[in-house]
Amino acid sequence: MGKILTTIVLIASLAGCSSASNLTLYQQLDGQAGLERLVDSFINQIGNDKQIIHYFEHANISHFREGFINHLCVLTDGPCEYTRDSMVDIHTGMHITEADFNHVVDLLINAMNEQNIDHTVQNKILAKMAPLRSEIIKI
Amino acid sequence: MKKLKLLFLTVIALSAFNTFASTGKLLATPGVSQVEGSGGGGIIPWAQLAGYASEDEFSINGFCSRADVTDYSLDVCGAQVNLFNRVELSYAQQNFAVPALNTEIEQEITGVKVRLYGDIVYSDWPQLSLGVQYKSLDDGTVATLVGADDTSGTDIYLAASKLHLGAVAGYNWFWNVTTRYSEANQLGLLGYGGANSNEKLLFEGSTAIFLSREVAVGIEYRQKSNNLGLGEQDWQDVFVAWMPNKYVSVTAAYLDLGSIAGAKDQTGWYLSVTGYW
Repeated sequence: MGKILTTIVLIASLAGCSSASNLTLYQQLDGQAGLERLVDSFINQIGNDKQIIHYFEHANISHFREGFINHLCVLTDGPCEYTRDSMVDIHTGMHITEADFNHVVDLLINAMNEQNIDHTVQNKILAKMAPLRSEIIKI
Repeated sequence: MKKLKLLFLTVIALSAFNTFASTGKLLATPGVSQVEGSGGGGIIPWAQLAGYASEDEFSINGFCSRADVTDYSLDVCGAQVNLFNRVELSYAQQNFAVPALNTEIEQEITGVKVRLYGDIVYSDWPQLSLGVQYKSLDDGTVATLVGADDTSGTDIYLAASKLHLGAVAGYNWFWNVTTRYSEANQLGLLGYGGANSNEKLLFEGSTAIFLSREVAVGIEYRQKSNNLGLGEQDWQDVFVAWMPNKYVSVTAAYLDLGSIAGAKDQTGWYLSVTGYW
């Protein structure tokens, strides 16, 4: 039991290593410029993905780019107001499956890795986005 | 032992054909394979169904595990089928070696788990699953000798699991709680029930931190009953799981299984590999 307790303490201290900073997620992502780089990486990921690309067949990519940057800015507590169509309106009729949704999450993670975004910052972004799933899939 | 080798070879052979693998879940979220064959941690069945199948997919997984403690070793190989992330069917063959008696105890376990509610990542409440494990000893001689009532038995469990994204200093935090109705002595390897039968509803729990997408470290605790009066104690372990992709996972653990059949302080190592298709 002693060894197990030692391990718990070790885990706890490891978890403590990530600095509890006062910066917003938006600031930790290097603001507007960082979001633009991230979304460009993400669009590049989607463009090279056979499983997902068909959802974007009729999409206006620059409209998607501006919309996603705006949405990320809002989600990460940046100085933006949500000005786009509702998530439900955008995704209605697309019939996105659970598997494809998760695949897009994988692509977003790839993009975040490509931009060298810290693991803990990535998780906080994903935590902000996860509740949106019900407004996106199977509609 | 032949069956184990066959299963192991099947696992290796199948790993060459991952073309049709289901990959609809997020990396690492199905967990690994527990010693009774169900999707879970190492010693506890979790609420997640084994394998990467989402609600539109099915998946097949194979695994082999080895636990080596002071006076015994346990080899397990098995497989799970995940049907549309609703039903998990599992089979495991356990081979428990007792070198001191120059004997081996073999047991087969067939399991079914049904997801009742939720998704460990996305739902507001934890994912909830109900499972059954039907266990049967190939040869009940030892079980009968130590005073067990039966050589086969059925465990029923209810499991709840949740993954909290970025919850601990930005790291993903997982927990699982399982309640099990069981008469098994040491997983059933020493039979079912006994003169000292009591406390049938048992508590099991796990928690883990994901240090990265691929690596989780955690602990497990599994309550045991002492039906035989041989001083059976609760089990616990500390584990590291490595899930480099959606086709394979490797888990290593340090086990503390307490007293087994009168032999005290059974500690040692555990290694498990699961392949996913």
